[in-house]
Amino acid sequence: MPALPLEEAGKYVAGAYVVFFAVILIYVVIMAVRLSRLEREIAELDELAARKERPEPDDREEAPVP
Amino acid sequence: MYGKGLRGLSIATAATLVTAFALVFFYAPLDADQGFVQKIFYVHVPMAIVALGGFVFGGICAIAYLRTRDRKWDLRSYVAIHLSLILGLGVLVTGSIWARASWGHWWVWDEPTLVSFLIIFLLYACYQPLRFSIEDPDKQARYAAVFAILAGAFVPLNFLAVRLAQSLTHPRVLGTTGGDMPGAMRLTFLIALAGMVLLFVTLWKYEIAAKRARMRLRALRRRLLEA
Repeated sequence: MPALPLEEAGKYVAGAYVVFFAVILIYVVIMAVRLSRLEREIAELDELAARKERPEPDDREEAPVP
Repeated sequence: MYGKGLRGLSIATAATLVTAFALVFFYAPLDADQGFVQKIFYVHVPMAIVALGGFVFGGICAIAYLRTRDRKWDLRSYVAIHLSLILGLGVLVTGSIWARASWGHWWVWDEPTLVSFLIIFLLYACYQPLRFSIEDPDKQARYAAVFAILAGAFVPLNFLAVRLAQSLTHPRVLGTTGGDMPGAMRLTFLIALAGMVLLFVTLWKYEIAAKRARMRLRALRRRLLEA
């Protein structure tokens, strides 16, 4: 097959490079979503740890001081 | 801790890929035969080489897992195969676009290089369903390792078989005959290949770092809930 003229070949070349960038972009977006999920989980754990560190409120009534 | 060196690697990857694409469009000469369409070569071929290399690397990590039973090798093997599959999809699509532009068809079934790559891609497409159909983690890692080794050994064998086959349509790029490139084209190709290798290594390290962080987080949650 003879070489395609530049304007027609350009579409194919652009298509191939767009596919490459799209594959990488989709991968990075998926990883970013996972990362944000990870951050949410860290925040939850942080809260859980803080709750465990806080002393339990004492419900007993204090004895009256004479 | 897990993402050590990732920042430098990411910068090196971005710089190499930008340099490579600049060379593709502003430095590398037009191919006498195919003209501008040949520019697809600089993204398609490095991606194919890295994808196939990634599959073999996944097999090597699987061998290390079976020898040591250390789960880090299983994770490395899994991530390498996962990434190679993604790149493999890119190879099939860009190859199809190039075939349409050069040969007038999206796919040529009697072309050994194309069909053999599709076979490898479909073979590895079975890896994840196989892996995640097994619940027991040890069994899962063991079966996945055996699959990765067998399929990884198939990749170079397949490559050899294709080389030995007589084909008139698909050009041979890195060989003793038929694929000699001028210096400017060769340099551009090598930089594009280096960029693609760096991209693979960066994404591989990134995903491993993310997976290890998630595992640590789960362990921490269990410990906190039990305490």
